[in-house]
Amino acid sequence: MSNVINSLYNMRLLDDLARKETPIHKIHPLVKLLTTFVYLIMVVSFGKYEIGSLLSFVFYPVIIFALAEIPVAPILKRVLLVEPLIIGIGILNPLFDHHTILFFGIVISRGWVTFLSIFIKCGLTVVASILLIATTGMDRLAVGLRMLKVPKIFVLQLLLTYRYITVLMEEVSGMMRAYSLRAPRQKGIHRSVWGSFAGQLILRTFDRAQRVYQSMNLRGFTGEYNTGEVTKVRFKDFAYLAGWSLFFIISRIFNIPTLIGLLVTGVIK
Amino acid sequence: MSHHKLEVRDLHFSYPDKYEAVKNISFTIHHGESVGIIGANGAGKSTLLMLLMGVLFPDDGEVLVGDIHVTKKTLPMIRQRLGMVFQDPNDQLFMTTVYDDVAFGPRNYKLDEKEVEIQVAKALKLVGISHLKDRAPFKLSGGEKRSAAIASVLSMQPDVLIMDEPTAALDPKSRRRVMSLLKRFEHTKIITSHDLDMVLETCKRVIVIKDGKVAADGITSEILTNVRLLDDCGLEMPLSLQNCPICGASKE
Amino acid sequence: MHMADALISPVVGGIMLATTAGVVAYSIKKIQNDMDEKKIPLMGVMGAFIFAAQMINFSIPGTGSSGHLGGGMILAILLGPYAGFITMSSILLIQALFFGDGGLLAYGCNVFNLGFYTCFIAYPLIYKWFTRKQITSKRIFVASMISALIGLQMGAFSVVMETLLSGKTELPFGTFVLMMQPIHLAIGVVEGFVTATIVTFVWKARPEILEKTATLEPLGNVSIKKVLTSILIAVVVVGGSLSWFASTNPDGLEWSMKKTSGEKTLKAPDAIHKTLSEIQNKTAFLPHYGFKTKSGENKEKQAQNEKTSINAGKSISGILGGILTLALAVFTGVLIKVIKKKKKT
Repeated sequence: MSNVINSLYNMRLLDDLARKETPIHKIHPLVKLLTTFVYLIMVVSFGKYEIGSLLSFVFYPVIIFALAEIPVAPILKRVLLVEPLIIGIGILNPLFDHHTILFFGIVISRGWVTFLSIFIKCGLTVVASILLIATTGMDRLAVGLRMLKVPKIFVLQLLLTYRYITVLMEEVSGMMRAYSLRAPRQKGIHRSVWGSFAGQLILRTFDRAQRVYQSMNLRGFTGEYNTGEVTKVRFKDFAYLAGWSLFFIISRIFNIPTLIGLLVTGVIK
Repeated sequence: MSHHKLEVRDLHFSYPDKYEAVKNISFTIHHGESVGIIGANGAGKSTLLMLLMGVLFPDDGEVLVGDIHVTKKTLPMIRQRLGMVFQDPNDQLFMTTVYDDVAFGPRNYKLDEKEVEIQVAKALKLVGISHLKDRAPFKLSGGEKRSAAIASVLSMQPDVLIMDEPTAALDPKSRRRVMSLLKRFEHTKIITSHDLDMVLETCKRVIVIKDGKVAADGITSEILTNVRLLDDCGLEMPLSLQNCPICGASKE
Repeated sequence: MHMADALISPVVGGIMLATTAGVVAYSIKKIQNDMDEKKIPLMGVMGAFIFAAQMINFSIPGTGSSGHLGGGMILAILLGPYAGFITMSSILLIQALFFGDGGLLAYGCNVFNLGFYTCFIAYPLIYKWFTRKQITSKRIFVASMISALIGLQMGAFSVVMETLLSGKTELPFGTFVLMMQPIHLAIGVVEGFVTATIVTFVWKARPEILEKTATLEPLGNVSIKKVLTSILIAVVVVGGSLSWFASTNPDGLEWSMKKTSGEKTLKAPDAIHKTLSEIQNKTAFLPHYGFKTKSGENKEKQAQNEKTSINAGKSISGILGGILTLALAVFTGVLIKVIKKKKKT
């Protein structure tokens, strides 16, 4: 259950971050969504054996982290939590790939290359997704989705689920805290108490859901959801999208790190 | 359409488990009145509010707002006239910013977004939380949440404000703020509360509910000094009146 | 079971996104007619419940792996297939955005794998068939168990196909399948149990819920209180009992990968690879990178290019360049931060 509570804190953190007012936050949500998608597509479109060119894609997250004042540590922690799955899959590549390459005189399976490639891609893509929500937030994202003509009911359902998750988890953590204060030697909840614990939680959360529904109803809610005005995309936003997309495309075509390396080694020589 | 009064005639209501919550309640509230509805826990106050809002429908009797009966068909119209503020502001603030919560009502009535903005700004100003408009609800203090919840109802410009325990769980300053807010409003106000001192200050008229029936209906200063009546209905005198040096009324 | 972006190719991701979007749009149209606003908070609460439930990993005895609930069946049974599918898509979007659990490009795949087979195949064809005559505890149990098992099998197989068609791993088809399916069989058993428990709770409290959902009637006057009551009792029962099994073992998907061994090299049919690689060639910027094909010329050219790319990558300039790039990136970040600080003071 602590898993649940940690996740709650994580969501709260991202929600807080999303409310900052840095230049990145002010960029139109739809533009950020599209930029993220271009980024993802470019990163993912790299072949199995690419690593070098991938590295220039590190610029995007780094710059966003800095300009949007997002703390790096908690986000990276999140990314690392997702990596094990990828490691599990990727680690088989060295086993299965029977081609070998020469790496500084050592013969290793080519699978290590693909493994590293997948590892980096995973890190980049996950960071991009989280940065999107950290700089946009749920309600602005909803506006962006509506501009993409995503149906209202879907957006409403999304927002409600988001809102209720925090509500539900708050109830749980409150009850667990109350319990643990009265059962100091217990780790977790003892099974004999499960029934009443459960019963309490349900009644409370249910009642809340019912009341929220009523309050929505009393304010004229009839099943339709109105997000209000859709913000216009300004020149600044277009420039953002165009600029990044150009960078991504160039990085995809040219192996920038290698070029830099060649430049430097050329100069040294 | 006259919005001169809110009338309740011979209301009867029982819950599905056969519990009779409201037995034969009648009263009329006129435009601009501020009425406190008090009673012990379980007396039927909340049920009465639900019946007024059309959340529940009576088994017998009727509710009239202006001249319109409250029925399923007339609900949308009725709900535009009546605004209800819940006891727990968390139930009322379900959007992700205060602005969106306050705008929820007007948007549902299909107002043009520019209109919505004006209404929201007005409501926020009335309640004094214009500076909180972009805040997330879970970051507000109890008093601020309460104010935001009130604003979310005011933005629909109702004629009648119904409030369930508006000062519950508020610190003294916030409570004072809410009370001065209420005193400033010109709407017709119906307030349920256990905070009898607040009722004394803000409501000119009081209806006492006991066991689903109206036990008393009259001027606040008369009812809230009637020790016997209050005691009978499971209540006490407002704290500010107890041990009164003038009339000598005491707690016992 | 959530697939990450790194394992998907843009083509596969794009196709699945479009497919899922289509199904969502269709579902929305379907429920708009029957939409009973009372269902909305129910969808929200159920979404939160399944979200929380998916965070609980339970270990599968005897295999050293762990899995987690999909929840698709529960959603389908209690909300109806259309509302259930929509709820599932919301849950997965939040997980992708806030936790990186499942990528954004892979979002379509994940919604489809976890939602489509359960809501639109297992539910109508299996669950409803078993409960067509009447609903009893026994029938609920059998129906839930079989639908969960089959739904999950189909979902797991879907993952295999999508990964394979993306061509990002070296895993041969045969072994991949042989590992994925049994694990998800075990997970399916647990999901079947949990689904049956929850549905039985609800059915005992308010049977009309199940019957009305079956005929897609709006919930109307049914006392939602008891419905949600039982659902949420289940939340904590599930949470509690499963937390006993909570482990840090890898997810079933991962386990399948780890245990794979052997020389079997059954690869996906060349034809498919070729077609997809052609598509990718047309859409990719550098056609030499990407798919591994078996056809003669292409292969040689590709092998050559691959070698060159590896050589370039591995040569000193490449590595140096890589390090410099990273350094430059970090430096840029630090620089921005310093400038910002100076601006503030």
